[in-house]
This record gives sequence, structure tokens and C-alpha cells, in this order.
Amino acid sequence: MKIDATGGSDVAPADVTPLVQLVAPDGSRVVGPDDAALRERVAHLTTDDLRAMYRDMVLTRRFDDEATSLQRQGELALYAQSRGQEAAQVGSARALAGQDYVFPSYREHGVLHVRGVDPVDRLRLYRGEDHGGWDPNEHNVHLYTLVIGSHALHATGYAMGIQRDGLVGTGDAARDAAVVTYFGDGATSQGDVNEALVFAAVNNAPVVFFCQNNQWAISEPTTKQSRVPIYRRGEGFGIPSVRVDGNDVLACYAVTAEALERAHSGGGPTFIEAYTYRMGAHTTSDDPSRYRDLAEEEQWRRRDPVERLEALLRAEGGWDEAWAAELEAEAEAYGERLRDGVRALGAPAAETIFDHVYATDHAQVAAERAWFREYESATAGEEVAR
Amino acid sequence: MSTQTTTQTLTFARAITEGLRAALESDDKAMLMGEDIGRLGGVFRVTDGLQKDFGEARVVDTPLAESGIVGTAIGLALRGYRPVCEIQFDGFVFPAYDQITTQLSKMRYRSRGRLEVPVVIRIPYGGGIGAVEHHSESPEALFAHTAGLRVVSPATPQDAYDMIRAAVASPDPVLFFEPKGRYWSKGEVTLGGPVPDAGTPGVLDTARVARAGEDVTLVAYGPTVATALKAAEALAAEGTSAEVVDLRAISPLDVPTVAESVRRTGRCVVVHEAPSFLGVGAEIAARVSDECFYSLEAPVQRVAGFHAPYPVAKLEHEYLPSVDRVVDAVDRALSF
Ligand SMILES: Cc1ncc(C[n+]2csc(CCOP(=O)(O)OP(=O)(O)O)c2C)c(N)n1
Ligand SMILES: [Mg+2]
Repeated sequence: MKIDATGGSDVAPADVTPLVQLVAPDGSRVVGPDDAALRERVAHLTTDDLRAMYRDMVLTRRFDDEATSLQRQGELALYAQSRGQEAAQVGSARALAGQDYVFPSYREHGVLHVRGVDPVDRLRLYRGEDHGGWDPNEHNVHLYTLVIGSHALHATGYAMGIQRDGLVGTGDAARDAAVVTYFGDGATSQGDVNEALVFAAVNNAPVVFFCQNNQWAISEPTTKQSRVPIYRRGEGFGIPSVRVDGNDVLACYAVTAEALERAHSGGGPTFIEAYTYRMGAHTTSDDPSRYRDLAEEEQWRRRDPVERLEALLRAEGGWDEAWAAELEAEAEAYGERLRDGVRALGAPAAETIFDHVYATDHAQVAAERAWFREYESATAGEEVAR
Repeated sequence: MSTQTTTQTLTFARAITEGLRAALESDDKAMLMGEDIGRLGGVFRVTDGLQKDFGEARVVDTPLAESGIVGTAIGLALRGYRPVCEIQFDGFVFPAYDQITTQLSKMRYRSRGRLEVPVVIRIPYGGGIGAVEHHSESPEALFAHTAGLRVVSPATPQDAYDMIRAAVASPDPVLFFEPKGRYWSKGEVTLGGPVPDAGTPGVLDTARVARAGEDVTLVAYGPTVATALKAAEALAAEGTSAEVVDLRAISPLDVPTVAESVRRTGRCVVVHEAPSFLGVGAEIAARVSDECFYSLEAPVQRVAGFHAPYPVAKLEHEYLPSVDRVVDAVDRALSF
């Protein structure tokens, strides 16, 4: 093999890797020779279940649209869309049990939706009024982590804790627990993610590594991170690994359910690469026209995950115009509540800067808080020269 | 290479771009590496156009791994290259902290001078831009505490240009802290001129008097130089004459320039965004009390961040040193 000094090798990550797929872009069911077990995992899903998934995806997309326009209006400091990744997020999250725990990165709005994290709370961080925004233990969803990959280790450690609590392999579906951690293609280059794979493997920890390969890490394509398909990273650590069509909600549900069953029953970690696409900009600060083709965007637009589920529902008689109109009205109302809720968020009191730095008194913090309080009251009402 | 000069009005960010361009032109071992610095030109566009002009082998979009960036830069430097690493934001330097503090800083020392690792690490830092967590921090003191690293921070476009060139030319590792809130500020920049000589003290070793004054010395660097200058303006209107010393370098610290000023004014106020506790201001206060004890009219005052994590954007202007807080500290020093 030949490597030049221009930052690439002549071995591109092959796009020929077979994807686990249960629904084709046209909405027809895919019946492959060795996916019977996976098909079995979605066989119980009723039309109502599919509609519920569709609703999750539609509301997640509405959340994106509203948040993006709130950012444009100056209500949010920044926003990172999940557009294009709704199937990966909703499909995987719907496979989770209530007692399972999620460690997201910062774009998992669909996962948080499924777990029931309040939509307004989900935007507190992006508004710059909170570093977290919700109580992680209320929905078993850890806070967003902005330092790429750090949380993969936390997820692994949390899973090691579940092992020590004796909540793996009890045979009781209501008790067996596991962890799912979400991160991107770019994150797979970080030391922390690789160390998490090492720790999960040697500890046989009940953790699912759910990598959303959305093809881009800001401006860098996946070829800048890996010369093999990303899922094979997991294999290298001895972890069962799979690449799934991330725009196929049923396939994402099925592979995650399989991985969780392995974790719950004591079979250890799984690495899932959900092959998908970041349809929007990296964040509201980004301009993708500087680094990627419209043709590529157009090609992926035709694989839109929301449209695919609609096509499946239509193909199987699960689509109903009255129901669709109701959902549209629900999304409208949801958007309005979100806008009103975000606009109603004020700024926290200035003195909260000093809250929760430590559990108990700390002389420096106490002295600075006292100084700050006095300074604020002495200067209250004075003209600000800043 | 020609030593001709031209003068242009440039933004702070563009001045760094031009400094990097000059370094890439004058030294074919110089190279840039970092996340999104090639095609995109970096998230702040500081490397805009450089990959197009110098190619992918010299302006490298790296994998997303800061320890990897700095660790491989060390290897490249051992092989004779002069890598300039871009860390996307202050809060993301920490995956590389191990490489910087245990390896980069000590390579010359432990090889008894046989090895040289002239790596530059550019870090956009500081707050005030309304960003989310980890995008507004000021970790310079953590690095200045490590012997073997030069730690600098320019405050003007001209210094940004001169200092990045000097940093690339330096045989020592340089942590180059760029005040990101100043990226869009403009100034006259004289471009060109000879490559800085690493042997003679220059912009990487010396402070600069940014404004002359008589009653109090304001010591600042990077983003707070502008704050100090505005405070000096406000103080002038009230009849107080403030001198502003722009440190430029945090390690080494130009104590003589600060001490000379404080001996004249008798008062010293240090301004930085990083927390005051065990920060650069603490070191300056100690040095000033050593060197200027008999000239001091008041204890050294510090206007700095608090001993708390950098707060949410909605509160950052309560946390950051403001003109008001600098003026307040000067009042305290004057009325002591
Ligand atoms: C340690 C660290 N380095 C750099 C960054 C800046 N950064 C934010 S997102 C991002 C790209 C992430 O790409 P990927 O992991 O593929 O996730 P995606 O954003 O595509 O979901 C980078 C470089 C960061 N947040 N943390
Ligand atoms: Mg990505």
C-alpha cells in the first residue's frame, strides 16, 4: 500500500460494506439472506408503533427547525441540528429499557425526545443559560458533553458500576440494565473513545457504543479519521460490531435491541456504526458550502429517514390522512410551546456563578462571592462603562 | 527572501494568517496542523487559503485528536520540522495536556540539549463571545507553570503578526494564546521584514508600554489590554493618569518593565480573564512587592476571573473583568 504526505492513503474507507437494512429508501421491506433474526426483532411492531416512531421523528425535526430559527432570532447562542439522523436516534432510543442509561454527545435531540427530556430544558445549554439543563437521573440521560469523546469513558465506567450492582444477567428484563453512549465519526479518533473500547472489552461491560457516522466532523470527511469502515474499529478491540443503515429506523431499532440484549444478559459491549448523514450545517456557526458538494447533499436528501418511514407506512396501509393532519397540528402546537418556553427563560441570577463549585464551604469561593455581592450592590444602578 | 515591508490595515485574525504565511514562505520545514484548518480554513478562518497555497502536506487537516496532534507534532519536530498546531478552542487543549507538559516541555532538558522540539501551539482563548461551555476559557497559567514552555499572548494585530513569526522561529516550544474576542479588531500591520532572530530578546520576551501614565500601572495581556486601555481612557476623564503595560509574554515574565513602571506610579492593578487564585496576577503581585516595596502606595490589586468554572454565556459579563471593575480597583488603589 502506498501512502503520500497529503493526509490520505490510497485505501479509502470502502463504501461497499454491507449495511444492515430492513427498509429500503422506497419504503419496501428488505429481506436479506441472513437478517431473519433482525427481522424477528421488529416483527412485533404494530402500525401504532410505527406511527409512534414517525411522530418522534417528526417532532424531533420540528424541534430542529424551531431551535434553528430561535438561534437566528438571537434567542440561542448556538444550535447543532440532528436533521438527517432522526432514524438512528429514535430507532436506537426506542430499543432502550427505562432502567438503561444514556450518555449522549450534543446532537442527540431525538434520543432525548424519546427519553422524555423536556424540550425547553434541552435548549438551556444552547441558550447559554445553563451548562446542562436537566436532571440526568430523572430520565437516565446524562448531560450533553461538548468535549469530544470524553463521555464514552463515563458510559463505560457507569456500565462497570451496573455490573458491580449485580444488574447484568439476572434474567429479569425489568432489572437487567445497560448503557448506550452516542458519539460521532470524528470522535472515534479521540484517545478517550479508544480507551473506552479497551475498558469495555476487558471488563465485558454492558455498554453499547452507538457511533453516528454522519460522514462529517465539521469540515473533515470520515476519510480523515479512518481508512477502514468505522465499525471495524470496534472489531479491532474484540467487540462485536455492526454497520447499520442509520436512515432506517427499524434497522437501527433492531441492531440496538440485539446489542442491548447482549449487554443485559452479560454478553458485554457492542459497537454500532449508524451510517447516516448530517443534512444540515455542523452548527448554526458553520457554513458547509465551504467544504462539501450540493450534489452530495442532494444524494442524501433522497435517503431522508423521515420520508422513508412515511413510505413504509404508506406501502403497508399505515398512513392515514386524518392522522397525518393531526400530527401536523400537534407539531405546530409543539413548536409554539417551544418558542414560548425558550423566550420565557430569563438569565440566571449573577451570583449563581458561585453556586455548586464545591459541596461544602471553600474559603476562596466564599471570599469572592462576598466581594461580588458587595461590588454588585455598591455599583447597582451605576452607568456601565463597559 | 526579501526583507521589504508593506503596511496594511488587517484584522487581528488576518494578521496571524499573514504571519503564518510568512513563516511557511521563509522556512520550508514550517507546517500547520489541526482540525478543520485546511479546506475550511479553521473555525475562525485564521488559516484561510493557506492549504490552497501551500498544499496538503504542509497544511494538514488532522484526525480529531488533540493528543495525536501535539504528539505527532513532537515527532515531526524531532525529525526537523516546525509544526504549528491549532487547537480549535481553549477548552479542547486538555486531551493534549499530557503531551505538552510531560513531553514537549521537557525534551530539551532531558536530552541535555541534544534534542529540540520547536512546536508552536496556537490556542484561541478567552471569553466574551457568547459561546457555550469550554469555548471561553483562559488556561494560560496552567502552561506557564510548566518550565520549558514559552507562553505568550499578543494584544494587537501588529504583535500578532510579529509574535507568530517569532514563535515559529523559536527553538523552544511556544504556547501561543490568541484572544479570540479580538480576532475581528483591526489595526495597521507592517508586513515583511527579516525573520526574527531567536537569539535576541524580542516580542516573545518583552512587555510593551501600550499607554504612558503616572498615577497607576495597569498590567494586562491578550484580551484585557483593550479593557485596560478603555479603563485608562475613562480614568483620564476623571483626572487619573494610568499607564498600561501589555505583557505580551507570560513566560518569561518581563519583570523589569513592570517594576520600572510601578516604581514611577506607586500603584499596580493586574487585569486578566483567568481566575485570580494562583494566576499570573499573583506572580506579578509577588514580584512587584519584591522589587517595588518602597515605592508602593497601595497593595497590588487584581481584576480577574473567579474561582469558579467559566459561567454560562448569559453571565459571562458578570464574570469577566470589565472597565468598571478595573476603574473600581484603581479607585481602591488610589484611596488606600
Ligand atoms: C476535544 C474536542 N476537540 C475539538 C472539539 C471541536 N469540535 C466540536 S464538534 C467537532 C466535530 C465532531 O465530529 P463528529 O465526532 O463526527 O460528531 P458530529 O458533530 O458530526 O456529530 C469538533 C472538532 C471539541 N468539541 N472537543
Ligand atoms: Mg460526524
